[in-house]
Amino acid sequence: MTQETITRTPLVEMRDIRVAFGGVHAVDGVTIDLYPGEVVALVGGNGAGKTTLIKTLSGAHKCDSGEIYIRGEPVSIDTPRDAKDYAIETIYQTLALAENIDATSNMFLGRELRTRWRTLDDRAMEDAARRVMGRLNPKFQNFKVPVQSLSGGQRQSVAIARAVHFNAKILIMDEPTAALGPAETEQVNELIQQLKAEGIGIFLISHDIHDVFDLADRISVMLQGKLVGTVNKADVTKDEVLGMIIMGKQPGEATRAELDQLHE
Amino acid sequence: MLAALAVIWIGFHVWSGGSFITPRNLWNLSVQTAAVAIMATGMVLVIVSRNIDLSVGSMLAVIGMAMALLQAEILPDIIGFDHPATWIIALLAGIAMGAVLGGFQGFIVAYVGVPSFIVTLGGLLVWRGAAWAMASGRTIAPMDSTFQLLGGGARGTIGGGWSWVVGIVACVGIVAMLANGRHQRRKFDFRMRPLWAEITLGVVGCGVVLGSIGYLNSYFLPPRLAAQRAEAEGLVIPPEGLEISFGLATPVLIVILVALVMTFIATRVRFGRYVFAIGGNPEAAELGGIKTKWTIVKTFAVMGVLVAIGAAVQVARLNAAVSGLGQLTELYVIAAAVIGGTSLAGGIGTIPGAMLGALVMQSLQSGMVLVGVDAPIQDIAVGLVLVVAVALDTLYRKKSTQ
Repeated sequence: MTQETITRTPLVEMRDIRVAFGGVHAVDGVTIDLYPGEVVALVGGNGAGKTTLIKTLSGAHKCDSGEIYIRGEPVSIDTPRDAKDYAIETIYQTLALAENIDATSNMFLGRELRTRWRTLDDRAMEDAARRVMGRLNPKFQNFKVPVQSLSGGQRQSVAIARAVHFNAKILIMDEPTAALGPAETEQVNELIQQLKAEGIGIFLISHDIHDVFDLADRISVMLQGKLVGTVNKADVTKDEVLGMIIMGKQPGEATRAELDQLHE
Repeated sequence: MLAALAVIWIGFHVWSGGSFITPRNLWNLSVQTAAVAIMATGMVLVIVSRNIDLSVGSMLAVIGMAMALLQAEILPDIIGFDHPATWIIALLAGIAMGAVLGGFQGFIVAYVGVPSFIVTLGGLLVWRGAAWAMASGRTIAPMDSTFQLLGGGARGTIGGGWSWVVGIVACVGIVAMLANGRHQRRKFDFRMRPLWAEITLGVVGCGVVLGSIGYLNSYFLPPRLAAQRAEAEGLVIPPEGLEISFGLATPVLIVILVALVMTFIATRVRFGRYVFAIGGNPEAAELGGIKTKWTIVKTFAVMGVLVAIGAAVQVARLNAAVSGLGQLTELYVIAAAVIGGTSLAGGIGTIPGAMLGALVMQSLQSGMVLVGVDAPIQDIAVGLVLVVAVALDTLYRKKSTQ
């Protein structure tokens, strides 16, 4: 295989994904893809179907129809465990942390390190947690206290550390900075750049284009369960993306007057 | 919790004119607490996983009845009366039955999605009825002579010497645990407790263990039994009388064993961690790739096994099985877990806490019997204590999280 073909095979390709709840089409025939070392922002208003779409990739939901390809190979992802086997890690908007157990245990939840007696190797896990956290958030020291006593930013660190520790190749971040202050947001943004440089593909989900415009290489816009379109960030303005999010109009389709209205 | 226990003990000691904190009463207390303490350790896991098991009292009856029928009516026809294997066959059959009945309830909760409150409320009625139906309401007795030892009693004890051995083993265990913890923390370069603190912990721990054993060992067999025992073993009775210690009763040894195993399960293996994770955030547990449904089934199966062990102790102690066995026990077991700090919202609870909770409940009851409180008043007191204990605990938690 030449360098050319490696880079041309998408890391992830989701084709014609459909998910319905009752009669409502939450995701209606959406096709998106992601290349190594790329950040694809998945944007859209509330209820656009972003989270549902991405949950079919992280194994939290099954899709009713459609195919998922990882590095060109068709795969079926039925459980979160399947997704993790394909090195897909997800940072959920809710963070998905068990509040009553400590940061270390949360990081290793479902993938505990064990001694040769098959007992939990808490100290080895704490050691590993300290190492990965030393890279992400060196100030973090509360490895042994229940997560419920941590601040929003610290919890976010735990959720990110969990995704990063297990050598994700594909990272899904659902509103990663929604609960964070400006300094912490900056930290997460730096991390995204760093992970990207390591060749990890990242889906960045947000309802607000301003949060992700600077980070994204490409932007996929969803509206009412359908894909409006995917654009290269270099080719569009924020206003044009806003037009896609709100009106479902392709870049260039919306008139200046319509775009100006968005700001009123 | 320990403070509450101390207040109860000292309170009853004074009230009863000095007959509560005596080797004899505490020995009896240890035996009476056993069955509830055993089951409370399982109830902790059930409640931590955001479920409840109301069926334990009835299940105790049906399993107790099955074990009794097996050894009193079925096995004698097959392998002969009082065969040495009878007790273990009956016990293992009971444990298997507990795992199946508990696991079955857990299956309905986890896979069918019926709330555990309803499933086990149904179980409460069904198993009670089944216990009656199995023997048409008869009392099944007597039990196999070896099986009876599981219930304690004058024969079902290990004597003073072996009690000291148990105590010394416990001390060695405490020291080994502290040493190992220190070694591990050094290996990973974590912060360590100062050496004097470790030594103090070790000395206090061993002191408490050996002190309790020594105190319990000063409960001696009644002179007549002692004389019989001496005769059987060919001892000469000294003129000042013979002092033979009861020593720890078998049920207490079972409690210790169950406590160790359950603490290990709750804190040292994946299953326990998963139970707590499910209790803390079921969605997070699911997204973490945990088989949450299977974990719930296992939790109820463990509860069933512990009910079977509790049933064995009860039946052996009574030397009989009746279909009314274990009535209201579910409430004592749940109360013990809750008084011991288990949160009904799930996610929080400890095995030692629940056992201590069981001891508090039983102390209260025994104490009231000792000072001659009328039965209805006893119920009122136990009920009030339950509510007050949980109220205090809730207030304390609110304060500590602010």
